[in-house]
Amino acid sequence: MSAPASYCTFMLGPHRCGIEVDTVREVVRDQSITPVPLAPAAVRGLVNLRGRIVTAIDLRRCLGLEPAAPGPAGTLVVLRASVGDMSFIVDGIHDVCDVDPDTFESTPPTVQGTGRELIRGAYQLNDQLLVVLDLARTMEAAAA
Amino acid sequence: MNEMDDSIVKEFLVESYENLDRLDRDLVDLERDPGSRETLSSVFRTIHTIKGTCGFLGFTRLEKVTHAGESLLSRLRDGQLKLTPDIATVLLAMVDAVRQMLTSIEHSRTDEGRDYGGLIEALQRSESGEVPEPVAGGRHYEVGAAAPRTQGMFEDLIRSGRLDREQVELAARLQQAGDPRRIGEILVDMGVLHPDDVLQALRTQSQKSAASAVQSSIRVDLDLLEKLMNHVGELVLARNQILQLIASQDHAAMPAASQRLSAITSELQESVMKTRMQPIRTLWNRLPRVVRDAAAACGREVRLEMDGADTELDRGVIEAIKDPLTHLVRNAVDHGIEDAATRAAQGKPAAGRLTLRAYHEGGQVNLEVADDGGGIAVGRIRNRALERRLVTAEQASRMQDRDWMNFIFLPGFSTAETVTNISGRGVGMDVVKSNLERIGGSIEVESRPGHGTTMKIKIPLTLAIIPALCVRAGGEEYAIPQANLVELVRLQGEVARRGIERVHDAAVFRLRGRLLPLVVLSDWLGVGRVDATPDVLQFAVLQTDGRHFGLVVDQVGDSREIIVKPLGRPLSQVPTYAGATILGDGRVALILDVHGIARQAGIVVEAGHTIVGGSAEPDDTAAPAAALTPLLVFDLREGWRAAAPLRSITRLEEFAPSVIEQVAERQVVQYHEAILTLVRLEHLLDPGAPARHDGDRPATVLVCERGGRAVGLVVHAIVDIEEHAALPGPADHSGIAGSLVIGGRVTDVLDLEPLLEHTAAGPREIAAPFAASGGVRP
Repeated sequence: MSAPASYCTFMLGPHRCGIEVDTVREVVRDQSITPVPLAPAAVRGLVNLRGRIVTAIDLRRCLGLEPAAPGPAGTLVVLRASVGDMSFIVDGIHDVCDVDPDTFESTPPTVQGTGRELIRGAYQLNDQLLVVLDLARTMEAAAA
Repeated sequence: MNEMDDSIVKEFLVESYENLDRLDRDLVDLERDPGSRETLSSVFRTIHTIKGTCGFLGFTRLEKVTHAGESLLSRLRDGQLKLTPDIATVLLAMVDAVRQMLTSIEHSRTDEGRDYGGLIEALQRSESGEVPEPVAGGRHYEVGAAAPRTQGMFEDLIRSGRLDREQVELAARLQQAGDPRRIGEILVDMGVLHPDDVLQALRTQSQKSAASAVQSSIRVDLDLLEKLMNHVGELVLARNQILQLIASQDHAAMPAASQRLSAITSELQESVMKTRMQPIRTLWNRLPRVVRDAAAACGREVRLEMDGADTELDRGVIEAIKDPLTHLVRNAVDHGIEDAATRAAQGKPAAGRLTLRAYHEGGQVNLEVADDGGGIAVGRIRNRALERRLVTAEQASRMQDRDWMNFIFLPGFSTAETVTNISGRGVGMDVVKSNLERIGGSIEVESRPGHGTTMKIKIPLTLAIIPALCVRAGGEEYAIPQANLVELVRLQGEVARRGIERVHDAAVFRLRGRLLPLVVLSDWLGVGRVDATPDVLQFAVLQTDGRHFGLVVDQVGDSREIIVKPLGRPLSQVPTYAGATILGDGRVALILDVHGIARQAGIVVEAGHTIVGGSAEPDDTAAPAAALTPLLVFDLREGWRAAAPLRSITRLEEFAPSVIEQVAERQVVQYHEAILTLVRLEHLLDPGAPARHDGDRPATVLVCERGGRAVGLVVHAIVDIEEHAALPGPADHSGIAGSLVIGGRVTDVLDLEPLLEHTAAGPREIAAPFAASGGVRP
């Protein structure tokens, strides 16, 4: 499998997750969020990113983890406009990782529940697994 | 389809659509002035370009149709044929066919689906000088491959040395032998042609024909404009921040700097807005064709005049007024302008005049559609309205001509004596009005009998920046477009407490005698009320589709201009919001979709014109189209007033307590040699209501018949019989269809059918035959 080699990685509960680095536009911190009543549950609200209005998605909720703490979002991974006007609230940002395609495995059994469908698989890093998110499915799950 | 092809096709479509709009106009011009070689050449060039490009892209069907058109046009251009109305009709049919195929290509990337054999034959017959039969589609279409022609753009490529003629011919032969790829694709796959060259050649090819027309304008990518708008929005924001700073601090240099910033911002905003502006001509270009077709269909002669075609409007606005304007123009031709004989009798020229006018005024655009036809006969409207009992004679006597005119905007109201293909079904003017109102516009009619009718439309310049009222609910700020805002109401103390009446589930407020449904924003959004001053009730009266309702908010803020930004997925699917905007402090605020809220709250029904808890006033354009229904108004108990359609009640009776017998759990009376079960209507609606004994008072009973069985519904007292027009829709199982204000009181309108269902026939029940005698015939 010749997957793209570089991933933007971040922490989400116990998992180290990654999405392809070229889908990410930037990572921002401590943005104030305008809540959107009546929106899908995973939508935390809207963020003003220098004039661009971006939907903040609680990724923990999408993956079936405890929802993120209320208040301003800690760290937001903002997608490129061509991918979607979305950003993911994550627990903490990690490095951009180059991975060895040969270490790719299917979804590890430690990931359970609703989150499982959103995961394409995992790469073996030196010390831990890098869980790779399926972006299209994640965005779909956020709208549900 | 690969990416290269896709972008070529897109380019081709954009180009072709533009050309087609001009083509329509050119052909109509040509009909009037068949000798104009310039116009003929322009038409020929357009078709030639489309033909050339679609052959290259492999749209063979489109190519065949345009090829047939091109040959006919070349004979016209060379003067071998004269343009007759018949030929013009065939050519216009071809333009329609091309447009259809382009739409199909746009959506499915194929020109297949419809068969244009009949059209091609008609074009060919016209070419050979025969009078064509009316074009009918659906004839058999032969699929033989056309001889490969080396298209203009390949010629260009060959000339510039990027291609060998042999290679092109080889590719063409391959395609003919059944290779499904397009010639361009084959050449690219063969490695003899670079995709960029194809794009370039295509661009040159299309520019050749378009150059003369579009020299004075450039095409700007909408995304780019969107981005520019964003930057401008930011700049506005920065200015606002500085202005706030000024207010708090007294720094000597700041005022000048901020003034400058303010000036720049306004200028930038204006010039960027201009890039989104298009002359209304882009829309008007379609109209000569519309007029021609409508005039031909109803046998009129119409001359179309346009004034102010350079007036510029935001692209979005142009798109939004396209359908309403087309409708008005059709209407004017069909209903406004009389036929030649009638005109002659009145000393008017045989050809009617239809004038379109556009001009800027006070930050708005005024549009006029004026005809010199017969005008709107107020008398006919009055008769029609009285006939359909939309107004009472007493109301009618107080109405001005101007008031009557507004009736044409009622759904289902038509004064046309005959329904034609074009118009007269009474569908349309209401839609025109509501479409215009949705973008913050308005429409008025002026008419002089015998001299014509003028429709005056006012529309905003742009939809990107709109004035809005900011309100708060649940601690967050929300924006309401000013276009929907009618007034603000603030009530305090006792008035606020008593102000809201509850009609079963819905909250309503009686504002100047008119019942206003209320939506409490914080409840609607499911957020708690925050900072709302106790004892104060504030609501904004909003209107959409001619309906009014009150939106109760926690706090009312100020009015300001906001920049509308669309919501991305998944929020665009939430019908409560129309978009979002960025406030002065940089926070995001949601823009409420007034129409969406009204629709979800049941205030506006998508297809119908009913409303829960709303009354219609006779001068209100929202007045119902339905004829008046007589209602029997009664009290279910003290303080609970209800009404039911009179037709559902067979008879009214009073029974003295002495004749009412208790059989098991039922109260019955002997009634016309049968047994009539009595049921308290109040208990059917509210099973928990306490049992009542009226003592010595006779029981007031509505006798209803259903499926040959009679039931007596006991009510507290009969009040009156009233006629009312706006009946709420059918009830759910609860039996309450909605509410109206009747005689100044909120009245539940009952649907007796489902209620009677509840009084299921017991075994002892005997159908009561209805003799002609006895009872009060309501």
